[in-house]
Amino acid sequence: MTLLIGALTLGLIMALLALGVYVSYRIFATADITVDGSLTFGAAVAAVLIVVHGVNPAVATAAGFLAGALAGCASGLLQTRFGINSLLAGILVMTALYSVNLRIMGRSNVPFLGATTLSTWCGHLGDRLFGGGEVNLAGWAVNAQDLVQLGVMAAIVGAAAAALYWFFRTELGTAMRASGDNPQMISALGANVGRYRIIGLALSNGLVGMSGALWAQYQNFADAQMGIGMIVWGLASVIIGEALTGAPSLGYAIIGAVFGSVLFRLLVAIALGFGLNPNDLKLITALFVFLALILPGALAHLPRRRRAVEAA
Amino acid sequence: MIRLSDAQKTFYPGTINEVRALRGVSLEIADGSFVVVLGTNGSGKSTLLNALAGSFLLDAGRIDFDGTEVTRWPEHKRARFVGRVFQNPFSGTAPAMSIAENFALAMRRGKSRGLAWALPRRLRGELADRVRSLKMGLEDRLDTAIGTLSGGQRQALTLLMATWLRPGLLLLDEHTAALDPKSADQVIRLTEAIIARERLTTLMVTHSMQQAVNLGDRIVMMHRGAVLHDASGADKRRLRVDDLLDRFEDVRRRELLDPSAAELLAAAYV
Repeated sequence: MTLLIGALTLGLIMALLALGVYVSYRIFATADITVDGSLTFGAAVAAVLIVVHGVNPAVATAAGFLAGALAGCASGLLQTRFGINSLLAGILVMTALYSVNLRIMGRSNVPFLGATTLSTWCGHLGDRLFGGGEVNLAGWAVNAQDLVQLGVMAAIVGAAAAALYWFFRTELGTAMRASGDNPQMISALGANVGRYRIIGLALSNGLVGMSGALWAQYQNFADAQMGIGMIVWGLASVIIGEALTGAPSLGYAIIGAVFGSVLFRLLVAIALGFGLNPNDLKLITALFVFLALILPGALAHLPRRRRAVEAA
Repeated sequence: MIRLSDAQKTFYPGTINEVRALRGVSLEIADGSFVVVLGTNGSGKSTLLNALAGSFLLDAGRIDFDGTEVTRWPEHKRARFVGRVFQNPFSGTAPAMSIAENFALAMRRGKSRGLAWALPRRLRGELADRVRSLKMGLEDRLDTAIGTLSGGQRQALTLLMATWLRPGLLLLDEHTAALDPKSADQVIRLTEAIIARERLTTLMVTHSMQQAVNLGDRIVMMHRGAVLHDASGADKRRLRVDDLLDRFEDVRRRELLDPSAAELLAAAYV
Protein backbone atom coordinates (compact mmCIF):
# COMPACT_ATOMS: atom_id res chain seq x y z
CA MET A 1 0.00 0.00 0.00
CA THR A 2 2.84 2.36 0.85
CA LEU A 3 4.35 1.52 -2.54
CA LEU A 4 1.09 2.25 -4.29
CA ILE A 5 0.67 5.62 -2.56
CA GLY A 6 4.29 6.46 -3.33
CA ALA A 7 3.81 5.64 -7.02
CA LEU A 8 0.60 7.70 -7.17
CA THR A 9 2.25 10.69 -5.48
CA LEU A 10 5.27 10.59 -7.76
CA GLY A 11 2.94 10.12 -10.75
CA LEU A 12 1.08 13.28 -9.77
CA ILE A 13 4.30 15.25 -9.31
CA MET A 14 5.41 14.07 -12.76
CA ALA A 15 1.98 15.06 -14.11
CA LEU A 16 3.12 18.69 -13.92
CA LEU A 17 6.06 17.68 -16.12
CA ALA A 18 3.62 15.91 -18.45
CA LEU A 19 1.43 19.04 -18.65
CA GLY A 20 4.51 21.11 -19.51
CA VAL A 21 5.55 18.67 -22.20
CA TYR A 22 1.97 18.64 -23.51
CA VAL A 23 2.22 22.40 -24.07
CA SER A 24 5.51 22.27 -26.01
CA TYR A 25 4.90 18.96 -27.80
CA ARG A 26 1.23 19.19 -28.72
CA ILE A 27 0.55 22.95 -28.83
CA PHE A 28 3.84 24.02 -30.43
CA ALA A 29 4.77 20.66 -32.02
CA THR A 30 8.34 20.75 -30.72
CA ALA A 31 10.16 18.20 -28.58
CA ASP A 32 11.63 20.74 -26.17
CA ILE A 33 14.71 19.25 -24.45
CA THR A 34 14.98 22.39 -22.31
CA VAL A 35 12.79 20.29 -20.00
CA ASP A 36 15.78 18.17 -18.93
CA GLY A 37 17.51 21.29 -17.68
CA SER A 38 14.53 23.21 -16.33
CA LEU A 39 13.37 20.30 -14.13
CA THR A 40 16.70 20.30 -12.31
CA PHE A 41 16.77 24.12 -12.38
CA GLY A 42 13.45 24.27 -10.53
CA ALA A 43 14.63 21.64 -8.04
CA ALA A 44 17.98 23.36 -7.46
CA VAL A 45 16.44 26.79 -6.91
CA ALA A 46 13.82 25.41 -4.50
CA ALA A 47 16.41 23.31 -2.62
CA VAL A 48 18.87 26.15 -2.10
CA LEU A 49 16.10 28.56 -1.08
CA ILE A 50 14.81 26.10 1.49
CA VAL A 51 18.05 24.63 2.81
CA VAL A 52 20.38 27.63 2.67
CA HIS A 53 17.98 30.56 3.03
CA GLY A 54 15.21 28.94 5.07
CA VAL A 55 12.53 30.20 2.71
CA ASN A 56 8.89 29.10 3.08
CA PRO A 57 8.49 25.88 0.98
CA ALA A 58 5.43 27.21 -0.88
CA VAL A 59 7.41 30.29 -1.94
CA ALA A 60 10.35 28.06 -2.89
CA THR A 61 8.06 25.89 -5.06
CA ALA A 62 6.73 29.02 -6.79
CA ALA A 63 10.35 30.08 -7.33
CA GLY A 64 10.93 26.69 -8.97
CA PHE A 65 8.13 27.56 -11.40
CA LEU A 66 9.71 30.95 -12.15
CA ALA A 67 13.13 29.37 -12.66
CA GLY A 68 11.69 26.92 -15.19
CA ALA A 69 9.81 29.75 -16.90
CA LEU A 70 13.06 31.68 -17.23
CA ALA A 71 14.69 28.68 -18.92
CA GLY A 72 11.68 28.41 -21.25
CA CYS A 73 12.03 32.11 -22.13
CA ALA A 74 15.68 31.56 -22.99
CA SER A 75 14.79 28.66 -25.30
CA GLY A 76 11.99 30.68 -26.87
CA LEU A 77 14.26 33.66 -27.49
CA LEU A 78 16.90 31.46 -29.13
CA GLN A 79 14.22 30.06 -31.42
CA THR A 80 12.39 33.25 -32.36
CA ARG A 81 14.88 36.10 -32.02
CA PHE A 82 17.88 34.19 -33.35
CA GLY A 83 16.12 31.69 -35.60
CA ILE A 84 17.80 28.65 -34.07
CA ASN A 85 16.21 25.26 -34.71
CA SER A 86 13.98 24.35 -31.76
CA LEU A 87 15.78 21.08 -31.01
CA LEU A 88 19.18 22.77 -31.02
CA ALA A 89 17.91 25.69 -28.92
CA GLY A 90 16.69 23.18 -26.33
CA ILE A 91 20.04 21.35 -26.32
CA LEU A 92 21.92 24.63 -25.86
CA VAL A 93 19.79 25.80 -22.93
CA MET A 94 19.80 22.34 -21.33
CA THR A 95 23.59 22.13 -21.54
CA ALA A 96 24.05 25.65 -20.19
CA LEU A 97 21.65 24.91 -17.34
CA TYR A 98 23.74 21.95 -16.21
CA SER A 99 26.52 24.33 -15.21
CA VAL A 100 24.06 26.88 -13.85
CA ASN A 101 22.48 24.22 -11.64
CA LEU A 102 25.87 23.13 -10.26
CA ARG A 103 26.67 26.80 -9.57
CA ILE A 104 23.39 27.32 -7.76
CA MET A 105 23.71 24.19 -5.64
CA GLY A 106 27.45 24.55 -5.13
CA ARG A 107 27.79 20.75 -5.47
CA SER A 108 26.01 17.98 -7.33
CA ASN A 109 23.60 17.03 -4.54
CA VAL A 110 21.75 19.11 -1.94
CA PRO A 111 19.98 17.08 0.78
CA PHE A 112 17.17 18.77 2.70
CA LEU A 113 18.07 17.03 5.99
CA GLY A 114 15.89 18.61 8.67
CA ALA A 115 14.79 21.68 6.68
CA THR A 116 11.08 22.48 6.51
CA THR A 117 9.64 21.31 3.17
CA LEU A 118 6.14 20.69 1.84
CA SER A 119 6.59 17.10 3.06
CA THR A 120 7.20 18.39 6.60
CA TRP A 121 4.01 20.44 6.33
CA CYS A 122 2.15 17.35 5.12
CA GLY A 123 3.42 15.52 8.24
CA HIS A 124 2.09 18.27 10.51
CA LEU A 125 -1.22 18.24 8.68
CA GLY A 126 -1.32 14.46 9.03
CA ASP A 127 -0.77 14.78 12.78
CA ARG A 128 -3.58 17.28 13.09
CA LEU A 129 -6.07 15.43 10.86
CA PHE A 130 -5.38 11.82 11.83
CA GLY A 131 -3.35 12.17 15.04
CA GLY A 132 -0.24 11.08 13.13
CA GLY A 133 1.11 7.55 12.76
CA GLU A 134 -0.98 5.12 10.77
CA VAL A 135 -4.39 5.60 9.22
CA ASN A 136 -6.74 2.73 8.50
CA LEU A 137 -7.68 3.02 4.82
CA ALA A 138 -10.18 0.32 3.86
CA GLY A 139 -8.35 -2.21 5.98
CA TRP A 140 -4.84 -1.09 5.04
CA ALA A 141 -2.59 0.72 7.49
CA VAL A 142 -1.27 3.80 5.74
CA ASN A 143 1.21 6.41 6.93
CA ALA A 144 -0.71 9.62 7.61
CA GLN A 145 1.97 11.86 6.16
CA ASP A 146 2.04 9.85 2.89
CA LEU A 147 -1.73 10.04 2.61
CA VAL A 148 -1.85 13.80 3.18
CA GLN A 149 1.03 14.27 0.74
CA LEU A 150 -0.90 12.36 -1.91
CA GLY A 151 -3.94 14.56 -1.29
CA VAL A 152 -1.90 17.77 -1.46
CA MET A 153 -0.23 16.74 -4.72
CA ALA A 154 -3.61 15.82 -6.21
CA ALA A 155 -4.90 19.27 -5.22
CA ILE A 156 -1.88 21.06 -6.71
CA VAL A 157 -2.01 19.10 -9.97
CA GLY A 158 -5.78 19.50 -10.18
CA ALA A 159 -5.44 23.25 -9.75
CA ALA A 160 -2.63 23.43 -12.33
CA ALA A 161 -4.62 21.38 -14.86
CA ALA A 162 -7.73 23.53 -14.33
CA ALA A 163 -5.69 26.72 -14.66
CA LEU A 164 -4.11 25.42 -17.86
CA TYR A 165 -7.52 24.53 -19.30
CA TRP A 166 -8.89 27.94 -18.37
CA PHE A 167 -5.84 29.70 -19.84
CA PHE A 168 -6.10 27.90 -23.17
CA ARG A 169 -9.73 28.95 -23.46
CA THR A 170 -8.98 32.67 -22.99
CA GLU A 171 -8.35 35.06 -25.88
CA LEU A 172 -4.61 34.87 -25.28
CA GLY A 173 -4.52 31.08 -24.84
CA THR A 174 -6.71 30.43 -27.88
CA ALA A 175 -4.43 32.60 -30.00
CA MET A 176 -1.45 30.71 -28.59
CA ARG A 177 -2.95 27.37 -29.61
CA ALA A 178 -3.60 28.81 -33.08
CA SER A 179 0.00 30.01 -33.35
CA GLY A 180 1.08 26.38 -33.05
CA ASP A 181 -1.69 25.12 -35.31
CA ASN A 182 -1.40 27.66 -38.15
CA PRO A 183 1.12 30.49 -37.62
CA GLN A 184 0.37 32.08 -41.00
CA MET A 185 -3.30 32.47 -40.16
CA ILE A 186 -2.90 33.86 -36.66
CA SER A 187 -0.21 36.26 -37.86
CA ALA A 188 -2.66 37.61 -40.45
CA LEU A 189 -5.13 38.04 -37.58
CA GLY A 190 -2.70 40.27 -35.72
CA ALA A 191 -0.85 37.95 -33.34
CA ASN A 192 2.89 38.13 -32.80
CA VAL A 193 3.67 34.44 -33.27
CA GLY A 194 7.21 34.70 -31.89
CA ARG A 195 6.04 36.31 -28.67
CA TYR A 196 3.38 33.65 -28.17
CA ARG A 197 5.99 30.95 -28.61
CA ILE A 198 8.18 32.52 -25.92
CA ILE A 199 5.24 32.82 -23.50
CA GLY A 200 4.16 29.26 -24.29
CA LEU A 201 7.59 27.77 -23.69
CA ALA A 202 7.91 29.78 -20.48
CA LEU A 203 4.60 28.34 -19.29
CA SER A 204 5.65 24.83 -20.32
CA ASN A 205 9.02 24.94 -18.59
CA GLY A 206 7.53 26.74 -15.60
CA LEU A 207 5.32 23.70 -14.98
CA VAL A 208 8.36 21.46 -15.41
CA GLY A 209 10.41 23.57 -12.97
CA MET A 210 7.60 23.35 -10.43
CA SER A 211 7.49 19.60 -10.94
CA GLY A 212 11.22 19.50 -10.17
CA ALA A 213 10.78 21.62 -7.05
CA LEU A 214 8.04 19.30 -5.73
CA TRP A 215 9.98 16.16 -6.66
CA ALA A 216 13.08 17.36 -4.79
CA GLN A 217 11.02 18.05 -1.66
CA TYR A 218 9.30 14.67 -1.96
CA GLN A 219 12.54 12.67 -2.25
CA ASN A 220 14.29 15.00 0.23
CA PHE A 221 17.20 16.04 -2.03
CA ALA A 222 17.95 17.88 -5.26
CA ASP A 223 20.46 16.35 -7.64
CA ALA A 224 22.21 17.71 -10.74
CA GLN A 225 21.35 14.49 -12.62
CA MET A 226 17.64 14.33 -11.83
CA GLY A 227 16.50 15.97 -15.08
CA ILE A 228 18.27 13.61 -17.45
CA GLY A 229 15.87 11.97 -19.89
CA MET A 230 12.80 13.55 -18.30
CA ILE A 231 11.56 14.87 -21.67
CA VAL A 232 11.05 11.25 -22.67
CA TRP A 233 9.09 10.59 -19.45
CA GLY A 234 6.90 13.56 -20.30
CA LEU A 235 6.38 12.38 -23.87
CA ALA A 236 5.51 8.87 -22.66
CA SER A 237 2.91 10.33 -20.26
CA VAL A 238 1.36 12.53 -22.95
CA ILE A 239 1.20 9.63 -25.40
CA ILE A 240 -0.36 7.25 -22.84
CA GLY A 241 -2.84 9.98 -21.95
CA GLU A 242 -3.87 10.36 -25.58
CA ALA A 243 -4.32 6.62 -25.89
CA LEU A 244 -6.48 6.65 -22.73
CA THR A 245 -8.81 9.49 -23.68
CA GLY A 246 -8.47 9.64 -27.45
CA ALA A 247 -7.80 13.36 -26.81
CA PRO A 248 -10.85 14.57 -28.75
CA SER A 249 -10.60 18.02 -27.18
CA LEU A 250 -8.39 20.27 -25.08
CA GLY A 251 -9.96 19.23 -21.77
CA TYR A 252 -9.53 15.51 -22.45
CA ALA A 253 -5.94 16.03 -23.60
CA ILE A 254 -5.07 17.82 -20.34
CA ILE A 255 -6.79 15.22 -18.17
CA GLY A 256 -5.14 12.54 -20.30
CA ALA A 257 -1.66 13.94 -19.65
CA VAL A 258 -2.29 13.83 -15.87
CA PHE A 259 -3.67 10.28 -15.87
CA GLY A 260 -1.06 9.16 -18.40
CA SER A 261 1.67 10.27 -16.01
CA VAL A 262 0.09 8.51 -13.02
CA LEU A 263 -0.51 5.32 -14.98
CA PHE A 264 3.01 5.33 -16.37
CA ARG A 265 4.48 5.72 -12.89
CA LEU A 266 2.28 2.86 -11.65
CA LEU A 267 3.46 0.59 -14.47
CA VAL A 268 7.06 1.47 -13.64
CA ALA A 269 6.49 0.75 -9.94
CA ILE A 270 4.97 -2.63 -10.79
CA ALA A 271 7.85 -3.48 -13.14
CA LEU A 272 10.37 -2.48 -10.48
CA GLY A 273 8.42 -4.57 -7.95
CA PHE A 274 8.84 -7.58 -10.24
CA GLY A 275 12.59 -7.07 -10.20
CA LEU A 276 13.25 -4.75 -13.16
CA ASN A 277 16.72 -3.26 -12.88
CA PRO A 278 16.23 0.51 -12.30
CA ASN A 279 19.21 1.16 -14.58
CA ASP A 280 17.19 -0.21 -17.52
CA LEU A 281 14.33 2.19 -16.90
CA LYS A 282 15.37 4.94 -19.32
CA LEU A 283 16.09 2.44 -22.09
CA ILE A 284 12.64 0.93 -21.68
CA THR A 285 11.02 4.37 -21.55
CA ALA A 286 12.77 5.40 -24.77
CA LEU A 287 11.74 2.14 -26.49
CA PHE A 288 8.18 2.68 -25.34
CA VAL A 289 8.05 6.21 -26.81
CA PHE A 290 9.69 4.91 -30.00
CA LEU A 291 6.99 2.27 -30.39
CA ALA A 292 4.25 4.77 -29.61
CA LEU A 293 5.61 7.07 -32.31
CA ILE A 294 5.88 4.47 -35.08
CA LEU A 295 2.90 2.22 -34.29
CA PRO A 296 0.11 4.50 -35.60
CA GLY A 297 1.98 4.99 -38.89
CA ALA A 298 2.82 1.30 -39.21
CA LEU A 299 -0.80 0.29 -38.56
CA ALA A 300 -2.06 2.78 -41.14
CA HIS A 301 0.33 1.32 -43.72
CA LEU A 302 -0.66 -2.30 -43.20
CA PRO A 303 -4.06 -2.42 -44.97
CA ARG A 304 -2.81 -0.22 -47.81
CA ARG A 305 0.07 -2.55 -48.51
CA ARG A 306 -2.28 -5.51 -48.43
CA ARG A 307 -4.57 -3.76 -50.87
CA ALA A 308 -1.63 -3.03 -53.17
CA VAL A 309 -0.71 -6.70 -53.12
CA GLU A 310 -4.27 -7.71 -53.95
CA ALA A 311 -4.41 -5.23 -56.81
CA ALA A 312 -1.17 -6.66 -58.21
CA MET B 1 -7.08 55.56 -49.16
CA ILE B 2 -4.29 53.02 -49.61
CA ARG B 3 -1.13 54.46 -51.14
CA LEU B 4 1.87 52.51 -52.39
CA SER B 5 4.74 54.66 -53.69
CA ASP B 6 7.64 53.41 -55.78
CA ALA B 7 7.67 50.00 -54.11
CA GLN B 8 10.74 47.88 -54.82
CA LYS B 9 11.51 44.35 -53.75
CA THR B 10 14.24 41.96 -54.87
CA PHE B 11 14.33 38.38 -53.61
CA TYR B 12 17.67 36.54 -53.22
CA PRO B 13 19.71 39.63 -54.22
CA GLY B 14 23.20 38.95 -55.52
CA THR B 15 22.57 35.28 -56.26
CA ILE B 16 21.78 33.49 -59.51
CA ASN B 17 18.21 33.17 -58.22
CA GLU B 18 17.79 36.95 -57.95
CA VAL B 19 14.22 37.99 -58.71
CA ARG B 20 13.27 41.64 -59.05
CA ALA B 21 9.68 41.08 -58.02
CA LEU B 22 8.62 44.74 -57.72
CA ARG B 23 10.37 47.38 -59.83
CA GLY B 24 8.99 50.65 -58.54
CA VAL B 25 5.25 50.04 -58.34
CA SER B 26 3.04 52.97 -57.37
CA LEU B 27 -0.63 52.52 -56.73
CA GLU B 28 -3.40 54.51 -55.08
CA ILE B 29 -6.56 52.71 -54.07
CA ALA B 30 -9.54 54.91 -53.25
CA ASP B 31 -11.81 54.00 -50.35
CA GLY B 32 -14.48 51.51 -51.37
CA SER B 33 -12.86 50.60 -54.65
CA PHE B 34 -12.50 46.99 -55.73
CA VAL B 35 -9.24 46.50 -57.63
CA VAL B 36 -8.53 43.33 -59.57
CA VAL B 37 -4.84 42.62 -60.15
CA LEU B 38 -4.13 40.49 -63.18
CA GLY B 39 -0.84 39.15 -64.40
CA THR B 40 1.15 36.24 -65.73
CA ASN B 41 3.06 33.88 -63.45
CA GLY B 42 5.97 35.72 -61.85
CA SER B 43 4.57 39.14 -62.76
CA GLY B 44 4.71 40.29 -59.15
CA LYS B 45 0.97 40.35 -58.48
CA SER B 46 1.13 38.18 -55.38
CA THR B 47 4.27 40.01 -54.26
CA LEU B 48 2.34 43.27 -54.49
CA LEU B 49 -0.39 41.86 -52.26
CA ASN B 50 2.09 40.40 -49.77
CA ALA B 51 3.91 43.75 -49.65
CA LEU B 52 0.68 45.44 -48.59
CA ALA B 53 -0.04 42.69 -46.03
CA GLY B 54 3.46 43.03 -44.59
CA SER B 55 4.56 39.43 -45.22
CA PHE B 56 7.96 41.02 -45.93
CA LEU B 57 9.29 44.57 -45.81
CA LEU B 58 10.02 46.60 -48.95
CA ASP B 59 13.61 47.29 -50.09
CA ALA B 60 12.53 50.80 -51.03
CA GLY B 61 9.31 52.75 -51.31
CA ARG B 62 6.52 53.65 -48.93
CA ILE B 63 3.10 52.35 -47.91
CA ASP B 64 0.36 54.43 -46.29
CA PHE B 65 -2.98 53.19 -44.96
CA ASP B 66 -5.46 56.03 -44.43
CA GLY B 67 -2.67 58.56 -44.00
CA THR B 68 -0.65 56.40 -41.56
CA GLU B 69 2.72 55.24 -42.79
CA VAL B 70 3.04 51.48 -42.28
CA THR B 71 6.12 50.77 -44.42
CA ARG B 72 8.12 49.24 -41.56
CA TRP B 73 5.19 47.66 -39.72
CA PRO B 74 5.31 43.86 -39.39
CA GLU B 75 2.42 41.77 -40.67
CA HIS B 76 0.74 41.24 -37.30
CA LYS B 77 0.65 44.98 -36.65
CA ARG B 78 -0.91 45.75 -40.06
CA ALA B 79 -3.60 43.16 -39.34
CA ARG B 80 -5.76 45.83 -37.71
CA PHE B 81 -6.23 47.36 -41.20
CA VAL B 82 -6.03 44.23 -43.30
CA GLY B 83 -8.36 41.25 -43.74
CA ARG B 84 -6.85 38.49 -45.78
CA VAL B 85 -7.83 35.34 -47.68
CA PHE B 86 -5.04 33.10 -48.99
CA GLN B 87 -4.80 31.03 -52.16
CA ASN B 88 -4.43 27.82 -50.17
CA PRO B 89 -7.78 27.11 -48.48
CA PHE B 90 -5.88 25.50 -45.59
CA SER B 91 -3.87 28.65 -44.83
CA GLY B 92 -6.65 30.82 -43.47
CA THR B 93 -7.96 28.63 -40.65
CA ALA B 94 -6.50 26.70 -37.71
CA PRO B 95 -7.39 23.08 -38.58
CA ALA B 96 -7.31 21.51 -35.11
CA MET B 97 -9.59 24.18 -33.66
CA SER B 98 -13.37 24.39 -33.93
CA ILE B 99 -15.27 26.72 -36.26
CA ALA B 100 -16.37 28.76 -33.24
CA GLU B 101 -12.80 29.08 -31.92
CA ASN B 102 -11.53 30.17 -35.33
CA PHE B 103 -14.13 32.92 -35.34
CA ALA B 104 -13.21 33.88 -31.78
CA LEU B 105 -9.69 34.48 -33.13
CA ALA B 106 -10.98 36.52 -36.06
CA MET B 107 -13.10 38.67 -33.74
CA ARG B 108 -9.88 39.93 -32.10
CA ARG B 109 -8.07 40.71 -35.36
CA GLY B 110 -5.62 43.54 -34.70
CA LYS B 111 -6.81 43.95 -31.10
CA SER B 112 -5.03 43.07 -27.89
CA ARG B 113 -5.69 39.60 -26.51
CA GLY B 114 -6.09 39.25 -22.78
CA LEU B 115 -7.36 36.75 -20.25
CA ALA B 116 -11.03 37.16 -21.07
CA TRP B 117 -12.93 34.02 -22.11
CA ALA B 118 -12.32 33.67 -25.86
CA LEU B 119 -15.80 32.45 -26.67
CA PRO B 120 -18.47 34.02 -24.47
CA ARG B 121 -21.91 32.45 -24.79
CA ARG B 122 -23.54 35.62 -26.12
CA LEU B 123 -21.33 35.50 -29.22
CA ARG B 124 -22.51 32.05 -30.27
CA GLY B 125 -25.93 33.28 -31.36
CA GLU B 126 -24.51 36.00 -33.56
CA LEU B 127 -21.93 33.58 -34.91
CA ALA B 128 -24.58 31.00 -35.81
CA ASP B 129 -26.58 33.70 -37.64
CA ARG B 130 -23.63 34.81 -39.74
CA VAL B 131 -22.50 31.28 -40.53
CA ARG B 132 -26.08 30.41 -41.50
CA SER B 133 -25.89 33.17 -44.13
CA LEU B 134 -23.36 30.98 -46.00
CA LYS B 135 -26.15 28.41 -46.55
CA MET B 136 -23.67 25.57 -46.08
CA GLY B 137 -25.38 24.04 -43.04
CA LEU B 138 -22.31 24.79 -40.91
CA GLU B 139 -24.26 26.67 -38.22
CA ASP B 140 -25.04 23.33 -36.51
CA ARG B 141 -21.39 22.25 -36.57
CA LEU B 142 -19.76 25.19 -34.79
CA ASP B 143 -17.82 22.86 -32.48
CA THR B 144 -16.45 20.74 -35.32
CA ALA B 145 -12.73 20.97 -35.99
CA ILE B 146 -12.37 23.16 -39.08
CA GLY B 147 -9.80 20.76 -40.57
CA THR B 148 -12.58 18.25 -41.28
CA LEU B 149 -14.33 20.63 -43.72
CA SER B 150 -13.84 20.87 -47.48
CA GLY B 151 -11.61 23.47 -49.13
CA GLY B 152 -14.62 25.44 -50.37
CA GLN B 153 -16.23 25.50 -46.94
CA ARG B 154 -12.97 26.57 -45.32
CA GLN B 155 -12.43 29.33 -47.88
CA ALA B 156 -15.96 30.65 -47.34
CA LEU B 157 -15.39 30.65 -43.58
CA THR B 158 -12.00 32.38 -44.03
CA LEU B 159 -13.71 35.10 -46.06
CA LEU B 160 -16.32 35.56 -43.35
CA MET B 161 -13.57 35.65 -40.70
CA ALA B 162 -11.48 38.18 -42.63
CA THR B 163 -14.45 40.55 -42.89
CA TRP B 164 -16.01 39.94 -39.43
CA LEU B 165 -14.39 43.14 -38.21
CA ARG B 166 -14.65 45.54 -41.14
CA PRO B 167 -11.13 45.68 -42.65
CA GLY B 168 -9.73 48.92 -44.08
CA LEU B 169 -8.32 46.76 -46.87
CA LEU B 170 -9.39 43.28 -47.95
CA LEU B 171 -6.67 41.27 -49.69
CA LEU B 172 -7.72 38.25 -51.75
CA ASP B 173 -4.86 36.19 -53.17
CA GLU B 174 -6.25 33.98 -55.95
CA HIS B 175 -8.59 32.73 -53.28
CA THR B 176 -10.61 30.52 -55.62
CA ALA B 177 -7.72 29.12 -57.67
CA ALA B 178 -7.40 25.93 -55.60
CA LEU B 179 -11.14 25.17 -55.48
CA ASP B 180 -13.31 23.00 -57.71
CA PRO B 181 -15.44 25.06 -60.18
CA LYS B 182 -18.65 24.80 -58.16
CA SER B 183 -17.03 25.87 -54.87
CA ALA B 184 -15.07 28.58 -56.68
CA ASP B 185 -18.30 29.98 -58.07
CA GLN B 186 -19.93 29.88 -54.65
CA VAL B 187 -16.98 31.66 -53.00
CA ILE B 188 -16.88 34.32 -55.73
CA ARG B 189 -20.56 35.08 -55.31
CA LEU B 190 -20.07 35.34 -51.55
CA THR B 191 -17.06 37.63 -52.11
CA GLU B 192 -19.09 39.95 -54.34
CA ALA B 193 -21.97 40.06 -51.85
CA ILE B 194 -19.82 40.87 -48.83
CA ILE B 195 -17.73 43.51 -50.63
CA ALA B 196 -20.83 45.21 -52.02
CA ARG B 197 -22.70 45.13 -48.71
CA GLU B 198 -19.80 46.44 -46.60
CA ARG B 199 -18.39 48.69 -49.38
CA LEU B 200 -14.94 47.23 -48.70
CA THR B 201 -11.73 48.55 -50.21
CA THR B 202 -10.46 45.41 -51.90
CA LEU B 203 -7.44 44.17 -53.79
CA MET B 204 -8.01 40.84 -55.48
CA VAL B 205 -5.25 38.97 -57.26
CA THR B 206 -6.35 36.54 -59.94
CA HIS B 207 -5.08 34.90 -63.08
CA SER B 208 -8.60 34.33 -64.35
CA MET B 209 -9.33 36.85 -67.12
CA GLN B 210 -13.04 36.08 -66.76
CA GLN B 211 -13.02 37.00 -63.06
CA ALA B 212 -11.08 40.16 -63.87
CA VAL B 213 -13.67 41.22 -66.42
CA ASN B 214 -16.69 40.35 -64.28
CA LEU B 215 -15.57 41.69 -60.94
CA GLY B 216 -14.42 44.97 -59.48
CA ASP B 217 -14.31 48.54 -60.73
CA ARG B 218 -10.65 48.68 -61.69
CA ILE B 219 -8.13 46.38 -63.36
CA VAL B 220 -4.39 46.61 -62.77
CA MET B 221 -2.37 44.47 -65.17
CA MET B 222 1.12 43.58 -64.02
CA HIS B 223 4.10 42.24 -65.89
CA ARG B 224 7.68 41.70 -64.72
CA GLY B 225 7.24 43.57 -61.48
CA ALA B 226 5.67 46.68 -62.96
CA VAL B 227 2.18 47.96 -63.71
CA LEU B 228 1.49 47.41 -67.39
CA HIS B 229 -1.97 48.84 -67.61
CA ASP B 230 -4.45 50.40 -65.22
CA ALA B 231 -8.08 50.75 -66.23
CA SER B 232 -10.98 51.99 -64.15
CA GLY B 233 -14.48 53.39 -64.56
CA ALA B 234 -15.90 53.22 -68.08
CA ASP B 235 -12.59 51.90 -69.48
CA LYS B 236 -12.75 48.95 -67.11
CA ARG B 237 -16.38 48.24 -67.96
CA ARG B 238 -15.60 48.18 -71.69
CA LEU B 239 -12.75 45.65 -71.27
CA ARG B 240 -13.47 42.11 -72.44
CA VAL B 241 -11.41 38.95 -72.06
CA ASP B 242 -10.14 39.31 -75.64
CA ASP B 243 -8.86 42.83 -74.93
CA LEU B 244 -6.91 41.57 -71.95
CA LEU B 245 -5.47 38.70 -73.96
CA ASP B 246 -4.45 41.18 -76.69
CA ARG B 247 -2.62 43.35 -74.19
CA PHE B 248 -0.61 40.43 -72.85
CA GLU B 249 0.08 39.27 -76.43
CA ASP B 250 1.42 42.77 -77.24
CA VAL B 251 3.86 42.53 -74.39
CA ARG B 252 4.97 39.08 -75.39
CA ARG B 253 5.66 40.25 -78.95
CA ARG B 254 7.53 43.32 -77.74
CA GLU B 255 9.64 41.15 -75.45
CA LEU B 256 10.90 39.08 -78.35
CA LEU B 257 12.70 42.29 -79.25
CA ASP B 258 13.97 43.26 -75.82
CA PRO B 259 16.45 46.19 -75.55
CA SER B 260 19.58 44.04 -75.74
CA ALA B 261 18.34 42.26 -78.88
CA ALA B 262 17.47 45.61 -80.45
CA GLU B 263 20.96 46.89 -79.69
CA LEU B 264 22.49 43.81 -81.24
CA LEU B 265 20.47 44.33 -84.43
CA ALA B 266 21.33 48.02 -84.52
CA ALA B 267 25.04 47.26 -84.21
CA ALA B 268 24.89 44.71 -87.01
CA TYR B 269 22.80 46.60 -89.53
CA VAL B 270 22.98 50.33 -88.86
